[in-house]
Amino acid sequence: MELKQRNAEAGTSANGRAFEAETRVKSNREVNGEYRQLILDAPQKILDCQPGQFFHLLCPVTSKHQPYLRRPMSIYGYFPEKGELHFLYKVTGEGTQALAELNEGDTLNVLGPLGVGYTIRDDWNNILLLARGVGLATLAPLAHEARRLGRKLTAICSARNPDVLMSIDLFTEMGAEVITVTDTEGTSDLENVASIIRTKIANGEVDALYTCGSNRMLKLLQDVGAEYGIPGEIALEQQMACGVGMCQCCVRSFRRSGKITHERVCREGPVFDIQEAMGW
Amino acid sequence: MVNLTTKIGALTLRNPIMPASGTFSEDLADVIDLSVLGAHVTKTVTREKRGGNPTPRVCEVRGSMLNSIGIPSKGIDHFIQNVIPFYKAYDVPLIVSISAHNIDDFARICEEISVPGVDVIEVNISCPNIEEDGKAFAMRPSSTHKVMTKLRAVSDLPLWAKLTPNTGETTEVAQAAQDAGADALVVSNTLLSMAIDIHSRKPKLGNLMGGLSGPSLKPIALRMAYQCAKAVDIPVIGCGGISTVEDVVEYLIAGATAVQVGTATFINPTTMVTLISNLERFLESQNISNVRELIGTVRDNDAADSVVFMEAAP
Repeated sequence: MELKQRNAEAGTSANGRAFEAETRVKSNREVNGEYRQLILDAPQKILDCQPGQFFHLLCPVTSKHQPYLRRPMSIYGYFPEKGELHFLYKVTGEGTQALAELNEGDTLNVLGPLGVGYTIRDDWNNILLLARGVGLATLAPLAHEARRLGRKLTAICSARNPDVLMSIDLFTEMGAEVITVTDTEGTSDLENVASIIRTKIANGEVDALYTCGSNRMLKLLQDVGAEYGIPGEIALEQQMACGVGMCQCCVRSFRRSGKITHERVCREGPVFDIQEAMGW
Repeated sequence: MVNLTTKIGALTLRNPIMPASGTFSEDLADVIDLSVLGAHVTKTVTREKRGGNPTPRVCEVRGSMLNSIGIPSKGIDHFIQNVIPFYKAYDVPLIVSISAHNIDDFARICEEISVPGVDVIEVNISCPNIEEDGKAFAMRPSSTHKVMTKLRAVSDLPLWAKLTPNTGETTEVAQAAQDAGADALVVSNTLLSMAIDIHSRKPKLGNLMGGLSGPSLKPIALRMAYQCAKAVDIPVIGCGGISTVEDVVEYLIAGATAVQVGTATFINPTTMVTLISNLERFLESQNISNVRELIGTVRDNDAADSVVFMEAAP
């Protein structure tokens, strides 16, 4: 514990890109049965983020949980004006279980912001994002950025049942047209989602497609994107050790110029061209 | 003011803290100022391009980690054109780690990498020797001697041999490396290990087995560094499980002239910077003016040499 909480300010970033920094927990509450939201009081220097970037969290060692490596987590929100950094997470393993035990006032050592985020090209006036489950977290900052840039946004939010549909209000606030699809209502199947997207495209309402995480969403958007010649980006996940590009742990395969290449999700990603990404 | 400088042969380091190969790259400059380090040590490069091992490449065990990254390499040309120039911007010695799966390829890369900008070649002989039975060169004195002799003949740069803990002949391998002309030993690489997911019953690493590193490796690597320092006259660089200044001091007392910090940088990327300032503070608190006064000061006078070199303790 003492080792992990050592003076994180010792190393000053040489180029100001990423920092190991201590933050303070403002709140860490359950959002619904499956997800929790963590709000950190964070120093200004780490809040110059891009949508799609992530932080590498040093989850606390407790009597019940002893995570060792950091855990990468995409940014749910960054608010320099409030000095806040938000994460939305699902409690699944050792790291997130330890994270769930953090109380208001506790410190959390974070490393970031890391990676290459989403791009919104100048001529992408109408953007469509497709997200399922916790993937909504990753896409939330993109919605903020789209509003800031005055782009028209459509958000298709998919979940198992309506109770766990998150961030609908957030996307609505961002001026997005929100379309919800769920398993229980029988609307989240790929055929239905594809036909919703095709209709939007036919109406000239889609210049770029965005998603994250899911293999099924990737395949769907690759097919629709290729069919209509619409570009897109996906944020990918992979198990990581260092998070900054040193260890070569988090590689994935990509199709590029007829060849298969390996890229580091932490460094060249986590956001990649949707046609270059390969399913897994 | 305490003096943190240390010497590895003719090479003077501003302090004894440097990264371990494979846990450091240009990318760390995004988080820390690389100019404060004692040396820069690059990830092992091979002559040819290599893809590395299947994922998952890393898993954690209680308080430590296993890795089977393999040696993904963009090849020597990319390295000479891109990596060496990056480090030229720093007034810090550059240690380049090389490897190959047979002696001829080892000699070729050793010769080709001996270019301006490279101060030392770290020879990663902990990799398998395909020409024999696939066991790592550094598992046996004979294969260690053979490969180091060949490399000594093709380069004028200092050669540091990186040893493996996967051997029952630590001191013999250390002596073989010294006899063959190694200028220093790095002790040591990771320990071959395994972890299995009890639910899926699958090994947790894509490559089935991998190297253990982190705090649980430290007592083993420290023991080896101690034995090697006793067995050879060339400098020993301690490596394995270092994360606190106490770990650094322990290795120095055991006989290490400098240390390499690896896995701890993954946990806290600022670790090496913290260790340098904490080492200075520790020496001040002990009224020690020169870090070199610590090296090899372990009080083991009462123990017989046979105990020091015992491999089958207790």
